[in-house]
Amino acid sequence: MSDQLTAKATILDGDEMARIVRRMAGEIAERNRGVSDLLLIGIRTRGVPLAEALAAEISRMEGHAVPIGVLDITLYRDDLSTIAQQPVVKETLLPPIDGAVVVLCDDVLYTGRTVRAALDHLVDYGRPRSVQLAVLIDRGHRELPIQADFVGRAVPTSADEDVEVRFSATDGADQVRILKRAAQPSREPGAR
Amino acid sequence: MSEPTVRWSRKDLLGIADLSAAEIQLILDTASSLQEIERRPIKKVPTMRGKTVVNLFFEASTRTRSSFEIAEKRLSADTLNFSASGSALEKGESLIDTALNLQAMAPDLIVIRHKHPGAPHLLARRLRAGVINAGDGAHEHPTQALLDAFTIRQRKGRLAGLKVAIIGDIEHSRVVRSNIHLLQKMGARVVVAGPRTLMPVGIEKLGVEVAHTLDEAIADADVVMMLRIQLERQGRMAFPSIREYFQMFGLTAQRLLRAKPDAIIMHPGPMNRGVEIASDVADGPWSVILEQVANGVAVRMAVLYLLSGVHEEAR
Repeated sequence: MSDQLTAKATILDGDEMARIVRRMAGEIAERNRGVSDLLLIGIRTRGVPLAEALAAEISRMEGHAVPIGVLDITLYRDDLSTIAQQPVVKETLLPPIDGAVVVLCDDVLYTGRTVRAALDHLVDYGRPRSVQLAVLIDRGHRELPIQADFVGRAVPTSADEDVEVRFSATDGADQVRILKRAAQPSREPGAR
Repeated sequence: MSEPTVRWSRKDLLGIADLSAAEIQLILDTASSLQEIERRPIKKVPTMRGKTVVNLFFEASTRTRSSFEIAEKRLSADTLNFSASGSALEKGESLIDTALNLQAMAPDLIVIRHKHPGAPHLLARRLRAGVINAGDGAHEHPTQALLDAFTIRQRKGRLAGLKVAIIGDIEHSRVVRSNIHLLQKMGARVVVAGPRTLMPVGIEKLGVEVAHTLDEAIADADVVMMLRIQLERQGRMAFPSIREYFQMFGLTAQRLLRAKPDAIIMHPGPMNRGVEIASDVADGPWSVILEQVANGVAVRMAVLYLLSGVHEEAR
């Protein structure tokens, strides 16, 4: 975390992000033949504004509000025994998920460990009819057999790079950048 | 809720006196996030899977011990209960020897209640395991103060600027000492009242105000915290009779009119109805006594979670 990061490239600007979110929203509605029982769940932190943007777009297209949930996966991380101090736990806020068609949303799909934790968290809550995965950026380097159902953009990266996703709702602007670590990487445990 | 400004780095939780306001806030914020777990159909998270917690109770306790045990189980820790009766302690083993024997079984955390102040501190120095003080004599009971603060914050939205009256046996109460430290660190104003015989000399040095009557103490109070009169200690004759105590310091609905209209009533339990508190007050709309018990589980989960993340190198 203390590594120096320098911006290497901007890969998405606000307009491109908006178009991608519109396309993903359309794919989600198409795949599920509408919005009945649909529930978008954002994984804290940057999965939440993505879920909100997708829900707003789907609601606009289909004329029905789509409920949103928020998932904090901290208690389900597989690296708690290796990191120096406990990460801050935030609240999980979910409507009932039994029988719902859940679309998990996250900004970046990387190792797949966050998604594994999110799936474990979900089954402690109930039994959704199905669970799908939507990510804005798929940067590769999976460590678990997990794939996304809806991908905004696949971006090849190397391990000494970071993908920074910013949303206007939380960060003042819609933008995706690739950052490069100046120092040699010791990859942040729990990175996606 | 603001972003916490500190990370937890302590191996042990021995008392409130050592903690900073930021650390207290981190515990309370963590408890607030963890409280959601009890509303789930499956009230368990895998966070402390494979960790062992020993509950070492040298003094009788129902509430605190079961609260810790539920908290440990909700976090998936393995738990082991030791109580004084029936243990080697009755056979003359010293505290340190008991503890070293437990250490040989490699627990991650030890929750201890002991009649001697400082017993948890002694263990903390000698053991690799993290130590949580669940009450040491009349010294401290940090998780009780934390759950009290959590309950106040939940009801009032804040701690700073509130007037908190604490009534009863101030002398023998570890709950009071932990609460005084915590409430003052968080910016609340604390007034204590009780019979002179149960008021420690020099208590003002902790920064609290001393009132001589119940009415004076609870005037305009936001929170009224009643302490248990330890009937088993009554051989010492701290006051003439229970009836007289109730007349002087017992909380009744009539007397409560002096507090703020939205005041809340707290009691760490176990309570003696008709001694320090009238039944209609204990069961009345002001009472948050059962909320305190419920909140105790979330607060203890937060403490267990934070301590269990401090690893060997730091120990």
